[in-house]
Amino acid sequence: MRSLGWLRLPMVVTYVFLYLPILVLVVLSFNASKQPFTWGGFSTKWYAELAGNAEVLQGLGNTLIVAVGATVLSTALGTLLAVGLHRHSKSNLLDAYALVPAILPDLVLGIGLLVLFTLVSMTLGLYSVLLAHVVFGMAFVTAVVRARLTQVDPSLEEASRDLGAGQVSTFLRITVPGLMPAIVAGALLAFTLSLDEFVIAFFTNGPSSPTLPIVIYSMVRFGVTPEINALASILMLVSFTAVISAQRLTRLTDTV
Amino acid sequence: MNDSAAAPLVSIRGVSRSFGDVVALDDVSLDIHENEFFALLGPSGCGKTTLLRVLAGFEHPDSGEVRLTGEDLLAQPPHCRPVNLMFQSYALFPHMSVERNVAYGLEREGRPKDEVGDRVAEVLRTVGLSDLARRRPSQLSGGQRQRVALARAIVKRPRLLLLDEPLSALDRKVRAEMQLELKRLQHEVGITFVVVTHDQEEAMSMADRIAVMGSGRVQQIDAPIDLYQRPATLFVAGFIGTSNQFPGQAVEGGIAAHDTVLPGTAHGAPVSGRAVLVVRPEDTRLVDEAAASVSGTVVDTQFYGGVSTVAVTVPGHDAPVLHTRPGAPEVERGAVVHLAWDAAKAVVLAG
Repeated sequence: MRSLGWLRLPMVVTYVFLYLPILVLVVLSFNASKQPFTWGGFSTKWYAELAGNAEVLQGLGNTLIVAVGATVLSTALGTLLAVGLHRHSKSNLLDAYALVPAILPDLVLGIGLLVLFTLVSMTLGLYSVLLAHVVFGMAFVTAVVRARLTQVDPSLEEASRDLGAGQVSTFLRITVPGLMPAIVAGALLAFTLSLDEFVIAFFTNGPSSPTLPIVIYSMVRFGVTPEINALASILMLVSFTAVISAQRLTRLTDTV
Repeated sequence: MNDSAAAPLVSIRGVSRSFGDVVALDDVSLDIHENEFFALLGPSGCGKTTLLRVLAGFEHPDSGEVRLTGEDLLAQPPHCRPVNLMFQSYALFPHMSVERNVAYGLEREGRPKDEVGDRVAEVLRTVGLSDLARRRPSQLSGGQRQRVALARAIVKRPRLLLLDEPLSALDRKVRAEMQLELKRLQHEVGITFVVVTHDQEEAMSMADRIAVMGSGRVQQIDAPIDLYQRPATLFVAGFIGTSNQFPGQAVEGGIAAHDTVLPGTAHGAPVSGRAVLVVRPEDTRLVDEAAASVSGTVVDTQFYGGVSTVAVTVPGHDAPVLHTRPGAPEVERGAVVHLAWDAAKAVVLAG
């Protein structure tokens, strides 16, 4: 790589700006002292305490139910939508509408969903959060899978048909394996986004089953404890891993 | 070899297909016989690929009929037709090994595992790829990929094998090799081949019969030699090989142009009115002035080693008249020469 010269300085400053808050958080999660801003030595006791916090564990369970459910649904639906649009849509507008939920402000989506759910007299609970998360998760999966579809040779599906495979068989044996890196990358994205989603979950959730971000929010109202730092660090680790895997997979996509 | 009295394997009748304003196929009718090496030849956009896709089942004609051994082919979806297509891009499945690619069609037929294994091994031996059975397509050269595509298409023993520009992606040397290989294979496996190509040499050297297509229509169907010696339309005469063309009025024994009669023969229906005489450069010879059909001045000579070409400007003709002969040219630039040809070797076509 070419030397960056004096440009190295603003680059370093930018990265410090981006990652200092996260670094502070991670460091303080290992702080033995209960006082948030005085260092009392290294300790992992907050992580241990976290494991015994019933409220947090329940929130984590709820979040995993929502994230896994929303990921499965939005991956299946998003992939089908991408393939359908790729084959049949000649309308740019239709294409754009499939992606809008990904960029729409969470607040708008959250309020909209709440109004809709109330309108159809649906009682709110984990499943309403799950449905809400499918809305934006699907948009992300569709975007990633569509990008991959433009690189696939359309004659592969014709070759499969020519060799005696029906439409369903061709889809499962040729189309899906060809899209697999993009499908997995889309799923990882949907999972990560669902995992720490707060605004939409806040609007569409029932009172009895809070997801983890909502649990954290209610804990923070009484001050930031090292326990929360530990929890946030774990969440961040999971998200980081998923996003980096997704990125690696999309890069693989480009080179195949 | 082609017993036209026997029922054809494929019979195409009045097939038309348009895409918007573009007419890709315009009332195409032709027969393909059992065990034939048949070529669809024409410039790009002439409809040959559309016709191939109609046979494979990926296009449906607007009108017309296609029968294979008497059965309506158009009623069957592509995966039910006893027809296989070798794609121009080869379309090998990138996530499967060579072996899995070739086995794919047999597995879809629900053949027992042993039979699939035996037949895959056999066909890979036929195309000389036994050693590469476990490789992925991305690990193969262009020529090897083409063999895999071929093996995958013939392993199901289709009644009809369609090949879309089979040699276009290969470099010159591999091309010549594969040309012979395809011909050998066709004899060996005894499958009827239909090859689509824009390369006349490819078609001429491989095919038993060629259908020349232009602007969605079949211009002429003939054996390569007949096609070359007796083109039926000006399009065919211009597309296949090099030719000298003299416009004029049709008369008994040739055409009248610039106060002389150029000798030629009309094949098939007699031609009257405006006509064009077509004569191949190698059918012309240098003669004395008394025997000349046309006379002119040599503007250029080109020596290719085996043959040489002499270009002669003849008063009254825009394009120079070409004369080829074996060996080195025997005249020099600027010389006045006289050319003649046999009436039997020149073709009179309606202009």
